Amino acid sequence: MRTKNYFLIIPVLALLSFGCGRPEEGSTRAVIQNKGSDTLVNVAQAWAEAYQTVNPNVAVAVTGGGSGTGIAALMNGTVDIANSSREMKESEKVDLVAAGHAPKQHIVGYDALAIFLHPSNPINEISLQQLKAIYGDGGTIEKWSQLGVTVPGCDSDEIVRVSRQNNSGTYAYFREAVLEESDFKLGSRDMHGSKDVVDLVMHTACAIGYSGLAYASDEVKMPCVVSEADSPCVAPTIDSALDGSYPIARPLFMYTAGEPEGAVAEYLNWILSNDGQCIILGMGYSPATTPTCSAPAM
Amino acid sequence: MSSIKPKEIAHLDRRDFSWYLDRSVQVLMFVGGISAVIFIIGIFVFISKEGFSFVFGRFDVVEFFTSLNWRPTSETRETFGAFALIVGTASITGMAMLIAIPFSLGAAIYIGEFATGKTRESLKVLVELLAAIPSVVWGFIGLTIMNGLIIQLFNVPVGLNVLNAGVILGLMAAPIMTTIAEDALKAVPDKYREAAEAMGATKWQVIVKVVLPAAKNGLVSAVLLGIGRAFGETMAVLMASGHSINIPGSVFDSVRALTATIAAELGETAVGSDHYGALFTLGIFLFLITFIINLTADIMVRGIRRK
Repeated sequence: MRTKNYFLIIPVLALLSFGCGRPEEGSTRAVIQNKGSDTLVNVAQAWAEAYQTVNPNVAVAVTGGGSGTGIAALMNGTVDIANSSREMKESEKVDLVAAGHAPKQHIVGYDALAIFLHPSNPINEISLQQLKAIYGDGGTIEKWSQLGVTVPGCDSDEIVRVSRQNNSGTYAYFREAVLEESDFKLGSRDMHGSKDVVDLVMHTACAIGYSGLAYASDEVKMPCVVSEADSPCVAPTIDSALDGSYPIARPLFMYTAGEPEGAVAEYLNWILSNDGQCIILGMGYSPATTPTCSAPAM
Repeated sequence: MSSIKPKEIAHLDRRDFSWYLDRSVQVLMFVGGISAVIFIIGIFVFISKEGFSFVFGRFDVVEFFTSLNWRPTSETRETFGAFALIVGTASITGMAMLIAIPFSLGAAIYIGEFATGKTRESLKVLVELLAAIPSVVWGFIGLTIMNGLIIQLFNVPVGLNVLNAGVILGLMAAPIMTTIAEDALKAVPDKYREAAEAMGATKWQVIVKVVLPAAKNGLVSAVLLGIGRAFGETMAVLMASGHSINIPGSVFDSVRALTATIAAELGETAVGSDHYGALFTLGIFLFLITFIINLTADIMVRGIRRK
């Protein structure tokens, strides 16, 4: 029965070949694996592309998937840099140390968390307390009339809460900064990406949503946000996120396992350099430093 | 009795090229057939292995099946109540069947009993083409076109709801249901129709009184496979249902499906955590339900063959 053996080999080989698709690291070219936050993925991509001209010997491979994914990959040792739109949790730090990679945190920029409303919504300012009563578990605001407005096109008066899936960095930051670590009210529409939040709010008169400022479009309205009762209302802009006056702006992180070395260290230094910071500014985020950009970037 | 000479043995041995070809194709077919079974068992073992740490640890049956509180990443207290997710999946599947059953049965009866020649062939191709549209495209239609349409038509606050997801899923399940239902109608022997027509029955009477009852089992199994399709669909549901933990009071309420929850959350979950185990437990639950549905469909199809 020799034939039997031969023909068993073919499907087995076919199956094995699926596992061999990963590109091998070139001998002369260093590859930096970079994965994580969807908020940061566009910036990370722009950095990776621009770095090609700075140092052609280093290729940076960028993947999204979410802050948690990046940190998990760092733990498994499959990436060199994890992008995160939230600070690493204590439990994750403990896990990383246990896996032998004490994490090192690098702040690469800031992002204002904008509140989105339908353009026909008359609300121009909103307070953190109101947001907590809208989104938080046990919060009492369910109707637009409770905020003193009637929204044209929203006959039911119901506030349609648009949120994110429960393990996104944006979700975690909103819970920390607005809900003060308490739970979200059940029944929000949990979108799978910042872009979907903007899309839904744009088409839904009753809706309210939140996401990074860089995802804002002309077809949604962004109210200014009041943190305390008598404090001024601050609009979400690149400047207000940078100077700290906007109450819900978050740092954007890159994590490495241990102190970065070699090509990774050079790459991170370049990101924090004038050139690198002008790129993040050009993408609609606030830089971590105050770079002097010759032309308005991009 | 003289023994057979070696030369004659060689003559009897017919292992030539076509013999080898025959054997090898036979082996290839066997591997193909058995691999499906191996993969299914492998998948079930994998899902169970990942889910069991949760099932035997943090799992609380009462909470899982009765609580609305699906809060796997809470900072205060993690809860894993899947009741709303189960109701969500059931309501979307129910809505999808309300739409798919009339459509697909109507299409199957038209294709099988009325259409002839070119009409029939092109209709069959078109129906099968409908099954080839990727689910993310359906989801996108739900998210962009249907959302606005439902808001305008029914004047409701948001168009991502049971109705939207049900219509999308109904259209996705209809092609497979049509194909199987049409096969079931075709399996009814022509002599039944001829006998009925000879008795003076009209076309309508032939279909309603003779063909449909005779094809009953096949039609039910077509519906069950459609339910299985709708039940297991992920991407389109994630995009069109609103993905909101909610017990629907009407078709205009947003809901969240089991499959969509797994798809949205698994990617960012730390491997081995309670949340990870809970998602795999949802997977075990889905697997068992789909298995029961498909098994029922299969037993019913066997029912027609035996006749």
